[in-house]
Amino acid sequence: MTNSWTDIKNTDLVVVMGGNAAEAHPCGFKWVTEAKHHRGAKLIVVDPRYTRTASVSDYYAPIRPGSDIVFLMGVIRWCIENDKVQWDYVRNYTNASYLVREDFGWSDGLFTGYDEEKRDYDKSSWDYQIGDDGYVLTDPTLQNPRCVWNMLKAHVDVYTPEFVERICGTPRDKFLHICGMIGECSTPTKTMTSMYALGWTQHSKGAQNIRGMAMLQLILGNIGVRGGGMNALRGHSNIQGLTDIGLMSNLIPGYLNIPTEKEADWATYMSTRGFKPLRPNQMSYWQNYPKFMVSFMKAMWGDSATAQNDWAYHYLPKLDVPAYDGMRMFELMAHGKVNLYFCQGFNPILSFPNRGKMTEAFSKLKLLVVMDPLATETSHFWQNHGIHNDVDPAAIQTEVLELPTTCFAEDEGALVNSGRWLQWHWAGATPPGEAKHDTWIMAQIFQRVKKLYQDEGGVFPDPILNLTWDYADPNEPMPDELAREMNGRALRTVYDLKDTTKVVAEAGKQLANFGQYRDDGSTMGGCWIYAGSWTEDGNMMARRDNTDPDDTGAFLNWSFAWPANRRILYNRASCDLQGKPWDPSRKIIEWTGEKWEGYDVPDIAVTAKPEEVGPFIMNPEGSSRLFSRGMMRDGPFPTHMEPFESPIANPFNARMRGNPVARVFESDAEKFAEIGDPEFPFVATSYRLTEHFHYWTKHNPVNAVLQPEFFVEISEELAAERGIERGGRVRVWSKRGEVWAKALVTKRIRPMQIDGKTVHVIGIPLHWGFMGAARKGFGPNSLSSQVGDANVETPEFKAFMVNIEPSAEEPVA
Amino acid sequence: MNIDLSRRGFLRLAGAGVAATSLGAMGFGEAEAAEQAHVRAFKLATTTETRNTCPYCSVACGIIMYSKGDVKAGETAELIHIEGDADHPTNRGTLCPKGAALKDFVHAPTRLTKPRYRAAGASEFQDITWEDALDKIARAMKYDRDANFIQTNEAGVPVNRWTTTGFLAASATTNETAWLTYKTVRSMGIVGFDNQARV
Repeated sequence: MTNSWTDIKNTDLVVVMGGNAAEAHPCGFKWVTEAKHHRGAKLIVVDPRYTRTASVSDYYAPIRPGSDIVFLMGVIRWCIENDKVQWDYVRNYTNASYLVREDFGWSDGLFTGYDEEKRDYDKSSWDYQIGDDGYVLTDPTLQNPRCVWNMLKAHVDVYTPEFVERICGTPRDKFLHICGMIGECSTPTKTMTSMYALGWTQHSKGAQNIRGMAMLQLILGNIGVRGGGMNALRGHSNIQGLTDIGLMSNLIPGYLNIPTEKEADWATYMSTRGFKPLRPNQMSYWQNYPKFMVSFMKAMWGDSATAQNDWAYHYLPKLDVPAYDGMRMFELMAHGKVNLYFCQGFNPILSFPNRGKMTEAFSKLKLLVVMDPLATETSHFWQNHGIHNDVDPAAIQTEVLELPTTCFAEDEGALVNSGRWLQWHWAGATPPGEAKHDTWIMAQIFQRVKKLYQDEGGVFPDPILNLTWDYADPNEPMPDELAREMNGRALRTVYDLKDTTKVVAEAGKQLANFGQYRDDGSTMGGCWIYAGSWTEDGNMMARRDNTDPDDTGAFLNWSFAWPANRRILYNRASCDLQGKPWDPSRKIIEWTGEKWEGYDVPDIAVTAKPEEVGPFIMNPEGSSRLFSRGMMRDGPFPTHMEPFESPIANPFNARMRGNPVARVFESDAEKFAEIGDPEFPFVATSYRLTEHFHYWTKHNPVNAVLQPEFFVEISEELAAERGIERGGRVRVWSKRGEVWAKALVTKRIRPMQIDGKTVHVIGIPLHWGFMGAARKGFGPNSLSSQVGDANVETPEFKAFMVNIEPSAEEPVA
Repeated sequence: MNIDLSRRGFLRLAGAGVAATSLGAMGFGEAEAAEQAHVRAFKLATTTETRNTCPYCSVACGIIMYSKGDVKAGETAELIHIEGDADHPTNRGTLCPKGAALKDFVHAPTRLTKPRYRAAGASEFQDITWEDALDKIARAMKYDRDANFIQTNEAGVPVNRWTTTGFLAASATTNETAWLTYKTVRSMGIVGFDNQARV
């Protein structure tokens, strides 16, 4: 989230598209209710199903799964055509006036530079025109045909209301009604918020869905303001934290990157991270990258990381592929190239697509280690459960260790919520039996491996032997020790960068903020964005002062929000060019003539003059990007791409399959249904229920009673067409697998007219498996395809093709 | 908005205390003692309160856990009740159908209580001690790392990566667990590292 849950009360219009907050985030959704009741805010829902959120909306429109970009580009087109643009914002805070290279273009659904062979773009033309002074050329009058604004106008021209109706199945009048409601938020005193979740991310072009809405929010001037923003609701309680701390193949905590093997040394690695400003006076905050990186290396390897050895650069692995993400590892596993695998509180047998492939892959491991509070499907993947897990244990040679861990009630530490609040929690129960904290387990594993290397030697033991491990009890590091390490501390006396006689922090002291991080080895810090979370004043994450001056929703003294305890990102953009709030009734900060101050921590240097320094300080431009240059693999503007499995061909280019640059492994490509395949005529989409949380709550008898049994949701029309009884048993199958379920026949899903043909949608909830208290069932991953988003490899769970038929009732055992 | 009076104290007051005091105020002095003798105190009044957050979605609602016994004092503590934290700015005491049933998640019949091992081809788990399980893991890691660690690529560039062992990290562990996991996994050179953000 750019904003916070409590900030949603400040909005005038909520657009829920790509999510179902009333169902999946009920207690956060209360802030929508609050805005509706106390501000008169409106709620729009655009979704393939008439969801629980839709049931309390002011306006609902259906959309075909996987066609969101068409809808969003259609709205942008409508706003431009009808002059629903916050012009002062667009001119001053976006790159609308920047000139784009002459050789950039788009045709047949593809941008310039496409290489079909490599399934990749040469992105060199996707850039600005740069002047001799090193700065971007601009045309503030927006007359130049190569300026971003005119390029965008041309790009969205094809997305007419008729085109939206044809591709999305959204009736034209409903689409136009929504455009009208959204257009009202282009005035400086009306804001719209976007609340989305996996309904937007789980597509082969998920990141572009989100960009589409982010661009619309910029055009309306809704980023950085109260009641605005791009609000990713996030699924799990600490998935934000795990991502912040970089538990991904290619990440270093705080959104730094693991080097690739092309970056053979430190100098090469740093050379592309200079982030020279592209416009005069801009902060280009990533210029501080070396400070964050060196402090991270010092946190990892202490005295073994020195300027002389490039801060132990070679202790870091170097990647030969963009990432060894989950799906790449399962592909390698299926080919017998992975021997050992750890699953820590994660149930991939149900949560990654193409279950058949997952089981095959896990069966080729030598050893699987599962750490979990619960007996999961993953730790039992080798056990026969009839049709629900039809395997032969004798044929599976994988050894499995199932290790019992504590759960939240028995553990202490911080979780990061959607609004980036780091909230500390305390243990209040004794772990059952021999269950252990994950920290203890990880420490035990590390200590034992280290000892083996100490005693026996082995291959490149240096990064293991020299890893900083200065905990009071090396066998069980404490949460406070780990939290302090992430915050960072001074290793030597740290001096002010301008006045080098002034001491900023004495050696051994916790750092107050990331401005105190240094690139000379005098500081250490595991995760720079968490700097300020545990200072010399103590644990800021444990703060519980819920006062909120003037009821802005900021709650600055409750817990700690990264970065720098800031509650609304880009909040400088809540003011006009002179530094006065666009909407005085919704002030966050303002320029006093000398400095920025207000209800939130300013997202800009406090003395940065408003007319000089732009609000988007992380970008070298100082402005936000309607045109994203080469930042994304699949285009600088969102362009419509069909799902890999689709009832229709791409309207721009019939030869184009799915996202043209998404990674597809050969074995997965063989498992795609053809476009318009008559054997798989129905669009399937996965979803969640309010009574269940993923695959956890089926272990809880209470929730298992509330939603006891796996079902699939279909329309009355499809039921009639296929002779399916209400509540009858059905078989649903895709090119990858089959499931049996109860049929839930509803009016919530209706057939749509897509490109002249009738398309039915089938909803598949995901909370069942073969372990726990609920009845045994299946999940959408038995059916869905293993292909991910081209930028971040999030699997395409929200749009794939299936078939359905009535099935004989299950024999009573 | 902070409630100064601790909730536990408040419950004590609201239980036997209030009933008895109001009777006393009306002049039934003796009745007060009699009343106090038979009005049962709230069960929660004798418990330890702990602030926590719901482990499910990312709204991160504040919760209060009530336990018999105090973990901080080194006692064995049994969780007997969970409710929404009325002081919490986001949920203001409310919980959804999942959060409201959290206590039974903690006590789920399928919670794991001891380490178990499944041998190759076996159809059941067998018990294993923590010592043996952890030694087995460490030995398997050392063996696989020494056998398959890639120190340099074809061009002779140090790459120091280990691709034959992978680690999927959780989505509901604390930041502190995540950091310790990060340190352990990265220092060994594991690149097959991912978390639940994608699914």
